[in-house]
Formats: sequence, C-alpha cells, structure tokens
Amino acid sequence: MEEAITSYCHIKNNSVSVNGKVFFQDQHEDPSAFLSALYKKLELNYPKFFKMDKLCKLGILATELLVRNTSDFENFDKKETALIFSNHSSSLESDRAHVKTIRDKQNYFPSPSVFVYTLPNIVVGEIAIKYKITGENAFFISDAFDPVLMHNYTSLLLQSGSASVALCGWVNADGNELEAFVYCVKKGNFKNEENAFEKSHQSKIINQLYTE
Amino acid sequence: MVYIGAHNIISPLGFSSKENFKAVLEDKTALAKRKFDFSESTFCCAKIDPKKLDEEFSMIGNVLEYTSLEKMSILSIKDVIDQSGVDLSNKNTLLILSTTKGNIDVLENPSDQFAEERAYLSSFTKKISGFFNCANASMTVSNACISGLLAIIMGKRLIESQQYENIIICGADLVTEFTLSGFKSFNALSEEPCKPFDANRTGINLGEAASSVLLSRNKVSNIIISAGASANDANHISGPSRTGEGLYEAISKILEEKKPDFISAHGTATEFNDEMESVAFHRTDLTDVPVNSLKGYYGHTLGAAGLLETVLSLQSLAENQLIPSKGFETQGVTHHLNIIQTSKKQPLHSFMKTASGFGGCNAAAIFEKI
Repeated sequence: MEEAITSYCHIKNNSVSVNGKVFFQDQHEDPSAFLSALYKKLELNYPKFFKMDKLCKLGILATELLVRNTSDFENFDKKETALIFSNHSSSLESDRAHVKTIRDKQNYFPSPSVFVYTLPNIVVGEIAIKYKITGENAFFISDAFDPVLMHNYTSLLLQSGSASVALCGWVNADGNELEAFVYCVKKGNFKNEENAFEKSHQSKIINQLYTE
Repeated sequence: MVYIGAHNIISPLGFSSKENFKAVLEDKTALAKRKFDFSESTFCCAKIDPKKLDEEFSMIGNVLEYTSLEKMSILSIKDVIDQSGVDLSNKNTLLILSTTKGNIDVLENPSDQFAEERAYLSSFTKKISGFFNCANASMTVSNACISGLLAIIMGKRLIESQQYENIIICGADLVTEFTLSGFKSFNALSEEPCKPFDANRTGINLGEAASSVLLSRNKVSNIIISAGASANDANHISGPSRTGEGLYEAISKILEEKKPDFISAHGTATEFNDEMESVAFHRTDLTDVPVNSLKGYYGHTLGAAGLLETVLSLQSLAENQLIPSKGFETQGVTHHLNIIQTSKKQPLHSFMKTASGFGGCNAAAIFEKI
C-alpha cells in the first residue's frame, strides 16, 4: 500500500507557511507575542491555549493549520491516527521555568501549572485532546530534525496496521527559537484523489519539505 | 519473532537483575525517608548510593567525566553487553534510550564540571553512545512514564521490520529536587512508602534506577515479546481518564483470547491512577488475573519504570514465581483486582505489562514463553 504526505506546515523565523505557501508573517521578536498573533490570525477560540507553555502553543497552532488544510480530517479514524513527534530541546523552556521557582529558598513557589509542562510529550497530549486523537504516541529527541527516523517509525506503524494516518513533526521551543514542521501521512491509493498537494512518503522528500 | 535476552537493573537494591529479584522476593524496599539540603521536610524515596555508583563505575570509566545518570545507564548497558556479547559498534545493533528528565540535576546546578548544555537529552545520548562506540545514531524516547515500555514496543517493531538484529534498550531517571518539588506541588507525594491499589493509598514515592534489556531476532532466550501498543486518552494532560479509555484501548489492541498469567500494572498509588487501572482491567475482563505493582519496592522510577518492571516480571516468568504487590492490604479500587500477596511458585507462561503517564499516554505489551 502506498503512503503519501497530504499536507505540511512550517512555523519558523516569524513566518508561517502551509504546503509551501506563506500564510502569515509577523514582526514580533518575542516568541510568545508571535504565537499570540498567530492565534488571533487563526481566530482560534480555545481558552486552554493561554495556560500552555510555548512548546504546546506552537504544537497546537501548527496542528490547527495542518488540520484546516487536510480536507478529510473529519473522516479520519481518530483511534487509528498516530501522533509521532520529535524535537531537540525537550521541555527545557518549562524546565527552566520550574527551576526558577525552586532556586531561591526564600522565594520558593513550585507550581503544578508550570511543572505539568516539564515533559516534551505534553504537546502530544494537548494535540490529542484538542483533536480527539487516541491512536499510537511517540516522542523522540534528536539533535536535529531526523527525516530518516521519522519516516522509518511512521512507516512501521502504517505498514503494520497500527495506524492508518499519522500526524508527524518537529516542534522545538528554546529561548527565542521557535520551530515547527508538521505533516500528515496517509496510507492508501491516491491516484484518483484530487488533492492540491501530495507527495510520496519518503525520507528524502520529508527532508526537502523540511528545508524549504 | 522478537526474543528478550540479557537484562539488568541498577537500583538501590542492587546492580544486577539477579540481586534485584532476590531482594524483592525477600520483601526489601529501596524506599526510605530522606532529608535533602533543599528542604525542611523529609521525602520517602529511593536513591542510589553515589559512593557505590562511583566505585562500580571507576572500574570501567572516569567517574569525573560522566554524570550520575550517565554512569547508571552505562553500567546497566555494559552488564547487558557483558552477558550477551552483543556489540553496539556493529551496524546491525541499535541502542534506544528512554528517559523523562535526563541530566536534570545539571540544569538545577550547572557547574564547571557539567555545563547547562549537558541537560539537553541529546547530550546525554551522545555521551552514552560515545562510550559504547555505537555504529548507529541512538534513538532517544521521552514519552513521560510510558517511555520505558514504549521503547521496548518500538524495539520490537524495529526488529520485526528486519532493520536490526539486536537492540539494547536502557531506561533511566534520577530523583532530584526538580521532580520532588514538582510532584509535591501536585500533592502527589506520599510521606510513607506507597500502597498501590490499597484503600489507604496516599500517593507516589519517587525512585531512581537504570534498567536495560536486549531484544534480538535470534533465539537468545525462550521468552518473546508477542504484542505491544500505545494509545492516548485525549482527556487531560495530568490526570488519567475516569473511564480508563487509553489504557483500555492499548490493552484491547493486544489482548488475545487466552488471558496472561499475571499483570505487572503501573500502580503508582495515586487515588486516580489506580482507580483508572481498575476500570480499564474491568473493561477488558482482566480483574481475575493476578496483578502486582512494583512501586512499593522502588517508587516510581519514571523513564526507567517500564524497563525495570518488565525486567523483574521477566524473572518472575522465568522462575515461575509471582512477586507480591508490596504495600497492599485492603481492596481500594472500584473493581476489585486479584492483587498478588504471596510470592508463590506456579507455572507461568505469559504476562502483560502496562504503563500510563502524563500527556494521557498509555502502553501495554505481552511477553510469553515459547
């Protein structure tokens, strides 16, 4: 059975693009302000967003863009939809925030609302909740985006029948750096389907899309 | 078929699987009340003696060059290599690391010896891969408390796809102020040794450990990993689903007609986790299967838990001897479970390991003799 990348989205350097076309640009230098501007642009009514750390905000916005540009998302079997994500900096942004709350013994205020974000896969949890996706999960840590690992594991799940669709990607937040690259991979015969964008699921194509 | 070969546990109860299994059957626990310089309160947790760690590590490497977590992990992997003869510098061999927080102690207290850079999980991975001269880039899994079990399931899938002949999987995490203060802020910590599935359970204890296992396509033992799956609750990032949805899904994907002979549950001893597991086991018709939680011996070892608990269960299976669920006295979940209370010998053919974690993730796997 063939596998195809049916849509992809980049968020990087204050710029957002979907399937290779620029969707939004913003000159905010502060990553949090940029994420808020993108949230407004998307007219997303999701109050939970404001509780999230930057990593989760980034993951939710990138996935929202992906989902909006995946015509048949509503028809996905959510139990068979896998979430396969990776990054370099794990949850270090929130880890540093938690360390701040415990460094000074005179001013000691560890908080569950910060601590809960000190795991990289919380972004996968947030995506699962927002889009009601209950399939396979994976969160890998790599030095840099690793198209071979991502392709390999995604393909294993699709081929073995452990998933029929996968939302995959790289979501990294570290200091002023924000980067998301997410894409949707489906199994099936695509020859008769009309789709503005569609590429074969191969690591070299994933890498081409990533480096666009 | 994916066979399970050599394994190891580095914990306060010993530095080999055998020592750990023996200690557990003698009803020993790694949990103790400890004072830390950062707090007036005491914490009931399991810590590895740093002197013993350095003594053991000094025989194979420079103690000043590696962090505590790296030393634990390297010792654990090295034991598996020594037992099996598997070579990580071979192209057919892969190393998978599982951790939630890696060198988090370095982030708390960066020093001249270890700069903040070392808190990046990829630095941890590089240090370990470097020690063993790994031929392939090691995989690092960080998926909360299912990391260890998920890494085993991933290893199974990779061997089945013929990409590797052998895979060594190592899970490790520390107990530090970072995790203690965080779980305390959640009111999740028990001041006493934890009591999984008990009516009077009051929360978790944290523990530190490293544990490793070899997966192979060669017949290195008579035990295989026959099935594994993960699923998400899509319900809450820090609380389990009341209906046990994700765990129910993960188990349903792998359960066969014949029930496993015992279950090694997650059993953290929080009110909600243990209740959720009872609901999921009820929904999958497994409440009559003997079940234990090993958290009463080690506390919750986070990214190591899935590995450590699988390794103890593998020995339980091989020795045909059930491990009692330490800390349990009175049924304390809605759907009463068949909690193992004595270390009786009986023929064992298979077991199921389950795990659940923050981010709504759940995993389950079945191991069996052939």
